[in-house]
Amino acid sequence: MTILVIAEHENGAVAPATLNTVAAAAKIGGDIHVLVAGQNVGGVAEAAAKIAGVAKVLVADNAAYANFLPENVAPLVAELGKGYSHVLAPATSNGKNVLPRVAALLDVDQISEIISVESADTFKRPIYAGNAIATVQSSAAVKVITVRATGFDAVAAEGGSAAVETIAAAHDAGKSAFVGEELAKSDRPELTAAKIVVSGGRGMQNGDNFKHLYALADKLGAAVGASRAAVDAGFVPNDMQVGQTGKIVAPQLYIAVGISGAIQHLAGMKDSKVIVAINKDEEAPIFQVADYGLVADLFEAVPELEKLV
Amino acid sequence: MKVLVAVKRVVDYNVKVRVKADNSGVDLANVKMSMNPFCEIAVEEAVRLKEKGVASEIVVVTVGPATAQEQLRTALALGADRAVLVESAEELTSLAVAKLLKAVVDKEQPQLVILGKQAIDSDNNQTGQMLAALTGFGQGTFASKVELADTTAIVTREIDGGLQTVSLKLPAIVTTDLRLNEPRYASLPNIMKAKKKPLETVTPDALGVSTASTNKTLKVEAPAARSAGIKVKSVAELVEKLKNEAKVI
Repeated sequence: MTILVIAEHENGAVAPATLNTVAAAAKIGGDIHVLVAGQNVGGVAEAAAKIAGVAKVLVADNAAYANFLPENVAPLVAELGKGYSHVLAPATSNGKNVLPRVAALLDVDQISEIISVESADTFKRPIYAGNAIATVQSSAAVKVITVRATGFDAVAAEGGSAAVETIAAAHDAGKSAFVGEELAKSDRPELTAAKIVVSGGRGMQNGDNFKHLYALADKLGAAVGASRAAVDAGFVPNDMQVGQTGKIVAPQLYIAVGISGAIQHLAGMKDSKVIVAINKDEEAPIFQVADYGLVADLFEAVPELEKLV
Repeated sequence: MKVLVAVKRVVDYNVKVRVKADNSGVDLANVKMSMNPFCEIAVEEAVRLKEKGVASEIVVVTVGPATAQEQLRTALALGADRAVLVESAEELTSLAVAKLLKAVVDKEQPQLVILGKQAIDSDNNQTGQMLAALTGFGQGTFASKVELADTTAIVTREIDGGLQTVSLKLPAIVTTDLRLNEPRYASLPNIMKAKKKPLETVTPDALGVSTASTNKTLKVEAPAARSAGIKVKSVAELVEKLKNEAKVI
C-alpha cells in the first residue's frame, strides 16, 4: 500500500492540517507520498520532505495550479492517484473543494471527514452534525478520503528526509480563473490550529463588544471564534464561525462566552480538551458540555478573567 | 438562461436525531422531513436570478423516494417552473446522485446548476463537485455571491481564511453557503399554484445510470457523550481550576 497525501499550504509554508493528514495516513499504514501542487512551491516541497514519516514528495509547480483551482488540480491528482491505494486530503476548504472532483474522475465514492482509522479500508466519520458516528468501509481500488484534522494528532514537521520528485504534467482545463481574495488579517493564531480558542455568541450583543474577547485572547495567545448566531447577527465575519457549517476546532482550552450551545455549535467544538462556558443563563445547554461553567454577566467576568490570567 | 437546481429531502434541521438500537442507522420513523437548508438557499438564488431577468426557466430536480415530491412542490411554490423526480427508494451515495444529475444535465442543458454545499444528514459535501467533474464544468463551491454575465459566472467563495473570487466559464456549477441569501417563505397562493406546475418522474434505469457504490456503512453509533463538569462560583475560582486542575493555562 502506498498513500498519496495532498498537502495544504499557504504563503510558502506547509499548513498544519497537512501534518494531521499524514498522521491519518500513518494509521492506515504503508508508504506515504505527499503531493505539493501550486506555483512557486519549491520551498513548500522542501518543508514537506522533512515531515516525519514521509517517503517521497511529488512537486507539481505550475501556473495552472496556482490558487488550487479544482478544474486544474483534480485531473492532476486523479492521474497520479491511480497508482495509489489511498488519496488523502485535509478537510479544509481546498480539500473539500478538490477531492470529490478527484473521486468522481476516478469513479469511486469518497469518504468525507474521517475522525478515525479502523483498518486500511474502514473509517469512522460524523454524520448529522456529529449526532451520529458512521463506520464506513470502502471497496474502491483507490480510496479517496478527506481527514478531519482534529481527529488525528499531528506528526512532527521535522525529522524526515524524503526524496523530492518533480511532476511535469500541467493540466489547464481553461474553465476557471482566479480573480482575487480577501483574507482576514490577524496576528492571532489560526482558529483550527490554536491551542486556546475564545468564542463569542449572541450574548456579546454587538461586534464592538468582541474587543473584550480580543483582549482576553491576546493575553492567552488564543484565537477568537464565534457562534453562527453572532455571525448571522453581523457581529463578526463568517471565517470566525465555529460549528457544523463553520470551522471544526479541538483546542486544549475552549472558552465559550455568551454562547447558548446550539447543536450546530457543539458539533464544531465538543472535542475540545477542556471547555469553559460563561453565560448568565444557567439553563443554557452549553453548560451540559462544559467542564467549568460560570454563571455570570460576561461584561464583568471577561475583563476580570483577562486581569487574572 | 436555463437554471437547474438540485434539492434533497432530509430530516428537518430542528430534529434531534436518534441512533437506532441495532446501530443500522438513525431513526427516521415519524420524523419531520424538510428541504435541506442549503438547497433552500439554492432555490432562492435561482428565483432571484429569474426575478432579475437573468434566468428564463428554473428546473428543480431531486433524487429520492416518492415522498420527495413534497420538497419539489415546495421549490415550485418558491418559484421554480417545473420539477423532475429521479425516483429511488434506496439511499444513494453522492457519486450515484451526481451521475443521475449528470444525466438530467445532459437532457436539460442548463447554463447554471445550483446545489447546496452539503446535506445536513450525510454531511458529505461532495455532490456538486462530483457533478462538476462528470460534466467537465467549472465549479464555484461554498458561494456567498454569484454574478452572471453572458458567458461567465463570477463566484465569491467562503474559504478558510476569508473570501476567494473565481471566474467560471458557463455552463458552471455553483454550491451554496449560508450567506448567499436568505430564503423566502412560500405564500399560500403560490403553494396552491405549485400543485398545477409540471412534475415529471423518471427512474435511474430510464436514465441509463448505474448507482452501484464502493462505500458500505457498517454501523451507526451515538457519539461518546461529554458529561457536564462543575459550576465555579467566581472568575478567581475558574482561573485557579484552569491553572492547577486542568493545567491548560
